[in-house]
Amino acid sequence: MSIPITLTVNGIPRTVALEDPRVTLLDLLRERLDLTGSKKGCDRGQCGACTVLLDGRRVNACLALAVSHDGAHVTTIEGLARDGELHPVQAAFIAHDGFQCGFCTPGQIVSAVGLIQEGQAGDDPERIREGMSGNLCRCGAYAGITEAVATAHAAMAGASGLPGGYLREDAA
Amino acid sequence: MLERHGSSIGQPLTRRDGPDKVTGAARYAADVHPEGLLHAVMAVSTIARGRVAHLDLAAAQAHPGVVAVMTPENAPRLARSPDEKEGPVSFRLDLLQNDGVRYASQPIAVVIAETLEAATEGALLLNPRYEAETPSVVLGAGERFTPQMVGAGLPAAMGSGDLEAGLAAAEARIEATYDTAAQYHNALEPHASVAEWDGDRLTLHTPTQGLYPAKARLAALFGLPPENIRIHSPYLGGGFGSKGFLSSPQILGVMAAKLVGRPVKLVTRREQMFGPVGHRASTRQTLRLGAKRDGVLTGYGHHTLTLTSTYDDFFEPASVLSRHLYACPAIATNHEASRADIPTPLFMRAPGEAPGSVALESALDELALELGIDPLELRLRNYAEVEPLSGRPFSSKALRECYAQGAERFGWASRPLEPRQMRDADGLLVGWGLGTATYPAGMFQGEARATIRADGTALVETAAQDMGQGPWTVLAQIAADGLGLPLDRLDLRIGDSDMPNGGLAGGSTATATTGTAVHNAAQGAVAALAALATNDPASPLYGAGNAGVTAAEGRLSRRDDPSRSETFSEILARAGRDSVEAKGQGAGEPASRKAYAMHAHGAVYAEVKVDPDLGQIRVTRLVGAFAAGRVVNPRLVRSQYYGGMIWGVSLALHEHATLDARSGRVMNNNLAEYHVPVNADIPSVEAILVEEHDPHVNPLGIKGVGEIGITGTAGAIANAVWHATGVRVREIPITLDRLLG
Amino acid sequence: MNRFDYVRAGSVAEAIAAGAEPGAAYLAAGTNLVDLMKGGIARPERIVDITRLPDLDRIERLPDGATRIGALVRNSDLAHDPDFARSYPAVAEALLAGASAQLRNAATAAGNVLQRTRCQYFYDVASACNKRAPGSGCEAIGGVTRAHAVLGWSAHCIATNPSDFAVPLAALDAVVEIEGSAGRREVALEAFHRLPGDAPERETALEAGELVVALRLPPEAAGFAAHARYLKVRERTSYAFALVSAAVALRMEGSRIAEARIALGGVALKPWRCREAEAALADREATPEAFRATAEAALAGAEPSGDNAFKIELARRIVVRGLTLARAGTPERVPALPASPFAGAHHA
Repeated sequence: MSIPITLTVNGIPRTVALEDPRVTLLDLLRERLDLTGSKKGCDRGQCGACTVLLDGRRVNACLALAVSHDGAHVTTIEGLARDGELHPVQAAFIAHDGFQCGFCTPGQIVSAVGLIQEGQAGDDPERIREGMSGNLCRCGAYAGITEAVATAHAAMAGASGLPGGYLREDAA
Repeated sequence: MLERHGSSIGQPLTRRDGPDKVTGAARYAADVHPEGLLHAVMAVSTIARGRVAHLDLAAAQAHPGVVAVMTPENAPRLARSPDEKEGPVSFRLDLLQNDGVRYASQPIAVVIAETLEAATEGALLLNPRYEAETPSVVLGAGERFTPQMVGAGLPAAMGSGDLEAGLAAAEARIEATYDTAAQYHNALEPHASVAEWDGDRLTLHTPTQGLYPAKARLAALFGLPPENIRIHSPYLGGGFGSKGFLSSPQILGVMAAKLVGRPVKLVTRREQMFGPVGHRASTRQTLRLGAKRDGVLTGYGHHTLTLTSTYDDFFEPASVLSRHLYACPAIATNHEASRADIPTPLFMRAPGEAPGSVALESALDELALELGIDPLELRLRNYAEVEPLSGRPFSSKALRECYAQGAERFGWASRPLEPRQMRDADGLLVGWGLGTATYPAGMFQGEARATIRADGTALVETAAQDMGQGPWTVLAQIAADGLGLPLDRLDLRIGDSDMPNGGLAGGSTATATTGTAVHNAAQGAVAALAALATNDPASPLYGAGNAGVTAAEGRLSRRDDPSRSETFSEILARAGRDSVEAKGQGAGEPASRKAYAMHAHGAVYAEVKVDPDLGQIRVTRLVGAFAAGRVVNPRLVRSQYYGGMIWGVSLALHEHATLDARSGRVMNNNLAEYHVPVNADIPSVEAILVEEHDPHVNPLGIKGVGEIGITGTAGAIANAVWHATGVRVREIPITLDRLLG
Repeated sequence: MNRFDYVRAGSVAEAIAAGAEPGAAYLAAGTNLVDLMKGGIARPERIVDITRLPDLDRIERLPDGATRIGALVRNSDLAHDPDFARSYPAVAEALLAGASAQLRNAATAAGNVLQRTRCQYFYDVASACNKRAPGSGCEAIGGVTRAHAVLGWSAHCIATNPSDFAVPLAALDAVVEIEGSAGRREVALEAFHRLPGDAPERETALEAGELVVALRLPPEAAGFAAHARYLKVRERTSYAFALVSAAVALRMEGSRIAEARIALGGVALKPWRCREAEAALADREATPEAFRATAEAALAGAEPSGDNAFKIELARRIVVRGLTLARAGTPERVPALPASPFAGAHHA
């Protein structure tokens, strides 16, 4: 039995005939759509490396069954840069050295974009730390991550007039 | 030729690999998808000792999509037994050559399927039955013995003077025993292989900290010439020692591909990372310190009891740092071990130094308390001017400056001597602690090739490995300076075993070793170019001799007359050459390594807050000051220190694999309950880069920075917890229940 | 993960009909169910996807002053709903102290209350577990038991309930609204989760095929808004399950406590409501001595189920601290570190 589903991934509609309802959103992206930026660190919602924006909200793609999200809008790390220009969060991660090995980085960055859109943390470092605590970094780049999120928040607030204006069009 | 011509070294450049890493474009092993790829999933044992009596092959094979099940019955036979060691630092593997089980989570089968979902379910359907024997996994339970050697070939026992006499002569003594927990590396990237065979040629995408040793091991196991094997490892999603050598799961992926004759991807599941890919064994360390009233040590003993597996040897060298750190006329350091039904332990970030440091630094503070001396003062009174056991001078040692700059920045001078004296505005207990950081400045062997091309660019190749320490950036910086080229005209390629041996990314040696090789290769290529020009009467550099020219900005210039110069392209064009190339070696220089003790040093100051009633602990401030020779890139070096210091937080307060003593299984084999710090655990971390010039360690003066940050930090935190609460906890990690009183 | 039939329910009636089949499981966000399926702990033959059910994603203030939380309201939406957070601050704080932002963005209100234990022996399918395989035994007993129950456990099961959210719900007399083939019924949250007794496999009051459609906070629950806190002790600053937690809500009249509500998390297989301790505190001055006596009463009958005796004293202290914080008053905004001892409240 094949179940057809359609997802809008990084703005592009993708129709997939799911031969198996067990496929998670993460495995759909990585193994079937060749979007390997989202990483599998634990596969159990415990590390955050697979974080994507699902209908505008950051979630763990490893725990979402793809079949359940027919019609959803998904933004992955591959969908943040526009026309070769880095998203402010991506640029800030480089500037603040918010990563080392880079494996958790796509999840960190998408999570940071989600955090800024949620509008709960602002530029309060303690709220940023708490808000980013669903993303483990084994290399220990937390200091740079926190700085990068604060910097990007300021840059995005300045650019759009309201935090989280960027990417609003992706939210369903 | 020691001269450097450029100014790239020392610049805080952002990572050259940054754009690929922040956009998701960087491809890690499991991101590679060759045509016709199959997925493989391991089944692992749930017993710790015995044999597999039955696997339900029929159930697995009947699952739609399952292609094959690899078991000891049908696994490819190997040219060499995986139990045969390739050398003293080589480990036995579990590659389905028999049905024996020697630890929990050992691979016992591999299911290969058209989809990941089918392979995963197939592995579960195997539903193994065992002939189980009662395991022994508890530290101290087995028969004790003294290992031949510990760590990577270090003597188990070393000392000087008469410890008992030294302790007898002391006016203050402490003896204390500290336990440290078993830890698992848990790089965020699980060990993965994407393997593709073409006849007897193998292409393998897998993360490894050592491409050449990996190639050699595969060549031996499969009976192939090494040149038939090509391994790609451009990015590791963290290694920390667990990817130093190919692990069993990585090689099982290669075997699975051979079995089915199609490309196979095998990714270790997170819970399977608590077994066949290495760990740090638990230790029980006894420190005996004696000192005169003025704090000068008269004797100190550091004894370690640790665990290893029943079938192989690795011994956590926790007492070793006591051979290098504090001056004392009578020192005894030794190790004992017992065997257990656990996987063989392995190198894990600062092997030995990490658990050794937390015990030693805790013990020093216990002695400081006994003496009523400030902990920093106690360390200064026992400052080692020469390496204590060997008597050799240090190649460089700016530890005093580390203590001073860290103390100044932290505000150590206002620390009350007595514990439980400080509270914050919310009533939380505040404590300050200190630990000395140290790590050897080792080097392995590496090689690089530099090619200057007719278009004025250069290619630098070395099979170095990026596990986050920054080779994409720092090797380019070193190469740019060595070649006299701007970075944007440099093409650096690493992470491919067809390139020259880039050495190991381990033991804090990578930048020193590979950087030296790159530097030498670059200088060699410039020398070859200079030879073309200075021997060519048509060149403005004619007759200057190699030593008479310098390279900068893609030009060679006469040293005595910089106005006489020409570009690399001009020289090659006139010579009718496409390129010139040279190879360079990187290795420690034996004579200076014999004459000098070589270590990086540092001082870490920690502030913790502890809830007075509930015991919950938070490290609110960490200041580390480190001296490690020349800093190639301060931005990246600082990140390495931060990472190490956060590992120190993890060691002191979090990481603890909890084994069920009855089954031998790790019960918290997941990232929800095997705790590593989250962002909220790290409110403030600072690293001061203390200037240190080392003329002996290597031509570039580089010491490693990858591991030292853990050392010092965990002890500083343990001491700060004591200072906050007045409770000395000797079981590491320190957990809140110990502080409830 | 086993293969399963996938059914997307279009209505509650359709869901209930499909869910009544043997081997069926309801899927909402999947943050717990998919995790359990990946571990081989749950192996449903049929997944009934309820995410498209209409009208279950609303937070409604009812005419009588009660608040109904639709089963599918996301944890983060509930916690960040300004009216809800103002009326039930301890509930918001508990929600935000649970899991991670990503999980809270996905997980639903009913899913949170229904999440299953984190007992490592329940998760380890090679271990005997009466909850997972009735009659097989409880291998947690005598094993690694640091996080296990100190109240209400039995020789058959010593697991704990991991939910933070359910703890203040229990304290505030929340009600679970349930739909089944026989119609709608209600069960007090306090009675919804079952203690293990000799049947730890029976985890809740739900019968086969029944579906939680809403959680309701009664009108009087908002009366505690000025003095309500959730406090959670865990082994890292965030993203960790509670060792012990407490929801404390007070209705103050001057310096006197008119009414107290106390529930504990991490100590039993259900959120542990401390009714006797509450009664002893009613109509009394809010003094440290009274708080200490309350804490003693709250843990009356507690016994270690293994290497976890420390949790009893820790729970007493959390009760005292929770009362102290609640008396001091609800903060204006949920603290940066929700429910944490490091949240910054003064307690010197």
